[in-house]
Amino acid sequence: MALSREQIAMRVAQELQDGYYVNLGIGIPTLVANYVPDGMEVMLQSENGLLGMGQFPTEDELDADMINAGKQTVTAITGASIFDSAESFAMIRGGHVDLTVLGAFEVDVNGNIASYMIPGKLIKGMGGAMDLVAGADNIIVTMTHASKHGDSKLLPACTLPLTGKGCIKKVLTDLAFIEIKDSKFHLLERAPGVYVEEIVKLTAGELVVPEHVPEMSF
Amino acid sequence: MAGFDKVVASYEEAMAGLEDNMTVIAGGFGLCGIAENLIAEIKRKGTKGLTVVSNNCGVDNFGLGILLPERQIKKIVASYVGENAEFERQMMAGELEVELTPQGTLAEKMRAGGAGIPAFFTATGYGTPVAEGKEEREFDGRMYIMEESIKGDFAIVKAWKADRYGNLVFRKTARNFNPMAATAGKVTVVEVEEIVEPGELSPDDIHTPGIYVDRLIQGSFEKRIEQRTVRSSEQ
Repeated sequence: MALSREQIAMRVAQELQDGYYVNLGIGIPTLVANYVPDGMEVMLQSENGLLGMGQFPTEDELDADMINAGKQTVTAITGASIFDSAESFAMIRGGHVDLTVLGAFEVDVNGNIASYMIPGKLIKGMGGAMDLVAGADNIIVTMTHASKHGDSKLLPACTLPLTGKGCIKKVLTDLAFIEIKDSKFHLLERAPGVYVEEIVKLTAGELVVPEHVPEMSF
Repeated sequence: MAGFDKVVASYEEAMAGLEDNMTVIAGGFGLCGIAENLIAEIKRKGTKGLTVVSNNCGVDNFGLGILLPERQIKKIVASYVGENAEFERQMMAGELEVELTPQGTLAEKMRAGGAGIPAFFTATGYGTPVAEGKEEREFDGRMYIMEESIKGDFAIVKAWKADRYGNLVFRKTARNFNPMAATAGKVTVVEVEEIVEPGELSPDDIHTPGIYVDRLIQGSFEKRIEQRTVRSSEQ
C-alpha cells in the first residue's frame, strides 16, 4: 500500500533528532509537526521570522500580527524568538537549520529539484524555496512517486524550471525512501506492502536496488 | 518639524513628493505588517507607473492589491504573488511586469541597498531561471550568482510603536521585511499604532534606529487576516 500523507509525515518524523531546528514547507511537510516523538524537543522555523512556531491560536489568542510562512495565524512556543526577514534567511542560507522538509514536482538523479513553476500555468513564485534548498545541507523532499497518470517524478533530468541545482540527497515518496548519490537514485526502504518492482517501474531515473530492501516501520 | 522630530500631520504630507515612475519599497509579509494607510494614500494620490518592491502584492481589495485596478503599478519585484485575480489578469495580459525574486535574496537586496553594498553573491537561484543574465562565480568549490541590491525613492513601513525621533519597535511577525525596507528608502515613511515621547522606549529595545526614518505618522489599522486558522480551546 502506498503511504498516506500522514504516513509520509510519520516517516519523515523518524528522521528528527532532539534539539533540531527544522523548517517545514507547506503541505505534507507541515504535518510532520504532528508526529514529533514523545520526549523530543524540536523548534520549527517559519521563514517570515519566527523560530519556535507553535500550534494554531484559540479564538482568544488570535492575533493578526502572528502568522507563519503560509500566512496562517499561529502561536509561539516557550523559548521562541522573532526576527526580521534578512535574519531569517541568514539562518537558512547560512546553514543553521538542521533539517528542511519540502515538497516538489520533480527530482532528478543529480539532486536537482523543480518545485515552483509549471510554464504556461499561473506562476506564483518561489517564495523562500530557492533559499531553503540552496542553504540547507539536510533536506528531505516529500512527494508522490508518480503523477495521477503514472508519470514518474523521479527523473533522469528535471523537465520543469529548477528551484535548485544539485542540492537534494533524500526523497521520501508514498512508495519509497530514496537517497541520491553518484548521479543515481538508491532505494533505501519501501512502503509496507509495496513491491520493489512497482518502485522500479515508477522510477524513470536510474535506480540502484540492493539485494534486500527493508520495509518501512512505524 | 524641529530637530529630530519626524512626526507629520497628515497622510498627504507623509507621501508628499511621491511621483509617477518612482520605486517604492514596501514592508510586510502577506497582509501582516503592511503600511495599509500609506498604500491607501498612494491610491488616493493616483500615482502611476510605480515599481513596487515587496514580498507579496496584497489581495484584491486590500494592501498593495488596491493599486492594481487603476494600473498604478508598472512592475513588481516579489517572491510570491498571485493571491488576487486582478494581479493574475494583468500579469497574463502582459500589463504588469513581474520580477520573481527568492525571498531571502529579496530581503538581502533591501538590506544591502540600505547598507551601501551594491551587490552580493548567493548560492540561492544558481542553476535556475533566477540566474539568467547574472554573473556567476565559484567560492570554495561552490557556485554563486551575483545579485544587485535595491534602493527605493520611497520606503513604506509599518511598525508597532515609535518615539517622535522615529526609533521603531515592531510587534511579533509583523516585523518581517519592515526593518530592511526602512533602511532602503531615499525617503522612508513609517506609520505606527502609537507614538510616544523620546525616552519612553528603552534604547536597548529599538529594532530600527530613527536615523533611517524621515517621516512618521500614527494611524489606525484594520489588520486583515489572510488565513484565519484557529483551534478549539479544548485542544
